[in-house]
Amino acid sequence: MAEYVNITIDGRQISVPSDYTIMKAADSIGISVPRLCFLEGIHEESNCRLCVVKVEGQKGLKTSCSTKVTEGMVVQTDTKEIYEAVSFNLELLAGNHKFECWKCSRENSCEFLDLLRRFNVDNDFSNAKLFDQKEIKMNDTSEAMMLDSSKCVLCGRCVSACEKLSGLGILNFSNRGSNTYIGPAQFHNLEDAGCIYCGKCIQACPTGAIREKDEIKLLERALRDTSKTIVAQVAPSVRAALGEEFGYKIGTNVEGQMFAALKALGIHEIIDTNFTADLTIIEEGHEFINRVQNGGVLPMFTSCSPGWVNYLELYYPEYIPNLSSCKSPQQMAGALIKTYYAKKLGKDPKDIYSVSIMPCVAKKAEAKRPEMGRDGYMDVDLVLTTRELARIIRHRGIPFRDLDPIRPFGDLASYTGAASIFGASGGVMEAALRTVTEILEGKSTPVEFTEVRGLQDIKEATYHVAGIDVNVAVVHGGAAIKGFFKMMKSTGKQYHFVEFMGCTGGCINGGGQPIVSAVNQEKYDVRALRSKVLYNIDHNTEFRKSHENPAIKMIYDEFLGSPSSHKSHELLHTHYNKRSFYDVKI
Amino acid sequence: MGAKVNITDEKVDELYAVMEKYKQEPGPLMPTLHAAQRIFGCIPLPVQKIIANELDVSIARINGVVTFYGHFSVEPKGENIVSVCLGTACYVKGSQGILDAFSHDLKVEVGETSEDGLFTLEATRCIGACGLAPVFTVNDEVYANGSVQMVKKVIQTLKK
Repeated sequence: MAEYVNITIDGRQISVPSDYTIMKAADSIGISVPRLCFLEGIHEESNCRLCVVKVEGQKGLKTSCSTKVTEGMVVQTDTKEIYEAVSFNLELLAGNHKFECWKCSRENSCEFLDLLRRFNVDNDFSNAKLFDQKEIKMNDTSEAMMLDSSKCVLCGRCVSACEKLSGLGILNFSNRGSNTYIGPAQFHNLEDAGCIYCGKCIQACPTGAIREKDEIKLLERALRDTSKTIVAQVAPSVRAALGEEFGYKIGTNVEGQMFAALKALGIHEIIDTNFTADLTIIEEGHEFINRVQNGGVLPMFTSCSPGWVNYLELYYPEYIPNLSSCKSPQQMAGALIKTYYAKKLGKDPKDIYSVSIMPCVAKKAEAKRPEMGRDGYMDVDLVLTTRELARIIRHRGIPFRDLDPIRPFGDLASYTGAASIFGASGGVMEAALRTVTEILEGKSTPVEFTEVRGLQDIKEATYHVAGIDVNVAVVHGGAAIKGFFKMMKSTGKQYHFVEFMGCTGGCINGGGQPIVSAVNQEKYDVRALRSKVLYNIDHNTEFRKSHENPAIKMIYDEFLGSPSSHKSHELLHTHYNKRSFYDVKI
Repeated sequence: MGAKVNITDEKVDELYAVMEKYKQEPGPLMPTLHAAQRIFGCIPLPVQKIIANELDVSIARINGVVTFYGHFSVEPKGENIVSVCLGTACYVKGSQGILDAFSHDLKVEVGETSEDGLFTLEATRCIGACGLAPVFTVNDEVYANGSVQMVKKVIQTLKK
């Protein structure tokens, strides 16, 4: 039972719950107090001092994000004094910011730039070179992500996001005063700092200080290389979020326009990672059945999420035997593009440039793993995030909203509903259950396993299949993964099959997806809205079980033989390595 | 370059023993860092890593604390630590000249350690000995009424 208090904001009398902050009370009546460091539930440290307001009877200005409302409080949010204070704080931040907005990954989603515009900041300090800019530190040797201190406003949102969402604390403040920087300890290389590349920090950053490795130029160059045939694959979750970059509401399916945009960019062949999601289910399903029937290592862990695979290799390497040997759908697609598909196209694999569009930054590093290729070429040559694809579409002036939807055709583009839900937490498990139960029972089984859906951190269910109780669990986000292992070790519960994803909510909330501003993260349940797109696709698809996909049947007949065959092991399966970090020699 | 850190098994064992004790109490990080600084003479990344694993605190957070406080250092300090006071009284009486002289004669910048590992030069804020200004300290010894002329002599004595 929330108690209510009466307060006055900018002359308007309102009644709000007593645990509200002034900012939240103002939000509730549509008054948007400026803010930069505030990220609800993640970072509420009031260190940017841009959300200041005047509370009648109190000295100075108060940070509205952290000051609670009290009965009879009279607040003003937009006086001359406040305007000057906020403008000045922004001037100070701008004085130390490197502006290269035209090529910044956050060209259209920079919260800092929005504030500079809102307050018409002159940027006198840096224009007049009134003080020395801080030293620029670049942490850019990782295959997936980079950290650029010249864009950092030291708000600390990434630090909190990493601690609270991934449970790892890879980033923190070091040094102090004007020498303060955010990064791994001693600004150590990100690839050796224990980072799993989930990208929660990127989604938290209000500027472009921490971002994916920007590789759109590589695609532009490849497109102009006349010796190459460009084959692109697109992950399930990209279509559920790409529209946000072009003004569509969160939760809009833009599949057809997405494919049309790829075509407009000049991509020669388009396939769908959804196809290899179906293939993953066949391979992983058979691997699971084999483990159950032949006393293999259980529980079996899914292996589609490279963030999760990084997590396991770095923090729980003793469980590597539990990890499915199946490659992720991206890498399965890559392997098929350079073998099966190359042959179909009549091309030499070295003349094929394979590009994948992913909601993920960890995928960039996954594609570079040395085992992900053969005969001197890589299966996936380039990974672009959903955001990078959006940028390249915008830069080229392609009118995304006006494009007529198309569907890719060809052997590697058809998919079932089971594949489409891969992008949501619980989706891989549900897709696997649809196929595994049917194979084990030898008859038609239900389509939906709703117990594993939803946004709860750890979801558990038990299904009675062919005489055994199969205990499954679904875990997403680094912090929950840590909690799950703790729980599994302490309770000793025997699980059979566990789905893990590195990002909370799964790929739909991946580190490469469109940025949702702090204000909109509060307003919308982004993960639920984007997941709904995938479950709707599933619902409306003719075939909803991976093994019913005619193209899957065909590729086994024509090329792979049978699930877990020698050929599929060679192309579709992989191995993992224990990894350490902060390997520093003195 | 500068002094070397020596991470021997004995020292690491000592650190583990200390942490075992501090882990029983709330807030074990600060006392552990004090101990680590004493044992190793600095807290480089490999030592931070040991502490991180044992106390379940991230390395980045530990480094944040280590680099925040002047008492801790990531890089090894020299055998002798020369601190010249730049507090108001000392500064007015010319301590900057003393600092510059040390910097010149030891061939190090402020905050650095000499190549032979013998000296680390630091600038410090008021040490509360304004009546003796300008002052500098070498390890725990305070040199009162300092002068540029004293610098060479002090260095020579310490080098022996």
